[in-house]
Amino acid sequence: MSTTLTTKEAPAGGDPSPSWISERSGRGDAIFKGLTIAAAALILLALASVFIFLFTQGFAGFTQPAEVYSKYGSSFWGYVWPLLASTIVASLIALIIAVPLAIGIALVITQYAPSWLSTPVAYVIDLLAAVPSVVYGLWAGIYLAPKLVPIYEWLHEHLGFIPLFGDVVSSGRSISTAGLVLAIMILPIITAISREVFSRTPRLHREAALALGATRWEMIRMTVFPYGRSGVISAVMLGLGRALGETMAVVMVLSPGTLFTFNLFSGSNTPSIAANIALRYKERSEGTLEVLIATGLVLFLLTFAINFAARWAVARSERKLAG
Amino acid sequence: MKRTSFRYVVPGVAALALTLSACGAGNEGSSSNGSGNSDAPSAASGLSGELRGAGATSQEKAQEAWATAIQGLNDGNLTVDYQGIGSTDGRGQFIDGATSFAGSDSYLKDEELESARERCNGNVIEVPAYVSPIAIAFNLPGIDSLNLSPAVIADIFNNKITKWNDPAIVADNQGVELPDADISPVHRSDDSGTTKNFTDYLGKAAPDNWSYEAEDAFPVSGGKSQAAEGTSGVVELITNTENTIGYADESQIGDLGTVSVGVGDTFSAPTADGAAKVVAVSTRVEGRDATDMATDVDRTTTEEGAYPVILLSYLIACENYDDDTEAANVKGYLSYIVSDEGQQAAADAAGSAPLSDEVATEAQGIVENISAG
Repeated sequence: MSTTLTTKEAPAGGDPSPSWISERSGRGDAIFKGLTIAAAALILLALASVFIFLFTQGFAGFTQPAEVYSKYGSSFWGYVWPLLASTIVASLIALIIAVPLAIGIALVITQYAPSWLSTPVAYVIDLLAAVPSVVYGLWAGIYLAPKLVPIYEWLHEHLGFIPLFGDVVSSGRSISTAGLVLAIMILPIITAISREVFSRTPRLHREAALALGATRWEMIRMTVFPYGRSGVISAVMLGLGRALGETMAVVMVLSPGTLFTFNLFSGSNTPSIAANIALRYKERSEGTLEVLIATGLVLFLLTFAINFAARWAVARSERKLAG
Repeated sequence: MKRTSFRYVVPGVAALALTLSACGAGNEGSSSNGSGNSDAPSAASGLSGELRGAGATSQEKAQEAWATAIQGLNDGNLTVDYQGIGSTDGRGQFIDGATSFAGSDSYLKDEELESARERCNGNVIEVPAYVSPIAIAFNLPGIDSLNLSPAVIADIFNNKITKWNDPAIVADNQGVELPDADISPVHRSDDSGTTKNFTDYLGKAAPDNWSYEAEDAFPVSGGKSQAAEGTSGVVELITNTENTIGYADESQIGDLGTVSVGVGDTFSAPTADGAAKVVAVSTRVEGRDATDMATDVDRTTTEEGAYPVILLSYLIACENYDDDTEAANVKGYLSYIVSDEGQQAAADAAGSAPLSDEVATEAQGIVENISAG
């Protein structure tokens, strides 16, 4: 999904345009300025037109006769909340797995590993992002899911009193597997951006920490993490945006049903919003299209809200860092 | 990161394009070699231009075979473009006049029929074109075939019978060693005409056990049930997971064990003959034009050997077109499809059941009257 966050560096000085920048403007500058403004405007235009489409086409979806919603509920909110809940659960699983891993990998690459090792590792991680989601879906549905069943069975047997670890679906195609695949898919995004911000930690800060007798882990805690916090949050939000909107892999991995449950191993949990649109779109009955578009609008607004929250969090941590 | 992905995408697209064009060429070659015994109808040759149709995804494979064949019959002058956009959209586009014909897994609803009559300025043609047995397939090591009555099938799919060695299953399968394992029913996760026909069968053949309406979306969830996307997804899930049972196009199920369903006092295995037999004994929908072969499939037939779990897919067209070429093309294409040769081509390509002689002759008679003006 569209997650547009930039890692802003803390403002270096007060003066916005130092005296050594030439005030003389050439034709090249004018053209370049025009092009960049056009590019920025185009993005906004695309976003606005998607929103307008979702709103105008999906508006009728809020007030369809009850039988259109009968798959999951009896009203629009009854229809959309289980889907929304599944979307969030799958994305949360993905984040819980991917974020620590990604930060760990980024730290290894930037702080621990020698460069002969870190370069190929970074490259391989980037490569994960080039694998199309349909391939992840195939792999996870056919190969990974059955292999996970014994692990799920074990968890169910020993921790079954926790409602999260209920009955295990025999093919392993549950929301936990979908979350795991999403984790693998968002791993390279989070890793790449975290790596970038960690490597920008000023050398002086790090050396000062080490000189004061900090261990390497203490140095990372004192300098790398505070410096990179806003960048890592941006990275996580980008990853989350991808996880929320991922369709194909979820469609191929999840065995969906109509009842939302907190049992992560269930074979009849509701699909995510995006997956539901893909599943219901083709052979649909009357009125369903509007409802599907309306659920798309809900997902759009959710991503929007999350992005705003992230921006706010980034701004706050920057202020903290500056102050 | 962007750059890496591009580097992989570009050669990938190129390779795909090559493969696809190679496929296309391969298809044309094979169709010109494989000539049927019976001759294609005369209306199917001497055509040119482009014929647009859209609709049911179930027909896609057969439509591909038909389109390639009729292109061959007309020396490449006629191209047929069939888009598998789903039955509902297919009927909608036909009514809007965007396409010349539609493929649909269900016949026109009454209100649709009204609009279709307006679009056609007269009679609407609906002929059965594609009949496919839906197999109920299972994965039980060492067992190839089971006898199940409609009531038992319904109870399995609504999670009431949960063990393979349930007395109700054992009763009809003396001598088969059934495991003491949980049954995991598998259904389609996407909306599909296959599901609609399967649930229609359960509702009509086992009304006491199955209380749901015939629907594109499978109505039951929970228990040990699972779902997968598309026919191939269902087949793959069953193949890879023991103790599962599901429904899918008979031609796609590979080596899986199949259920012989209870018909009257006997059990019938899914066969093309059995499917065609059901279409032949089914009753027409009342109050339709003479050109309309809309049929309510007789799911409760007691005819021996009949296999009532079928998907019946229609071609929808007009009896009159304004344009001469369009009329000739639709007439030619449709008469090829319902001919012996066309039905055989679909059977070869998609594993469908050819229409019985009686039904095919009636359909042929209807499409022969397509005209212009």
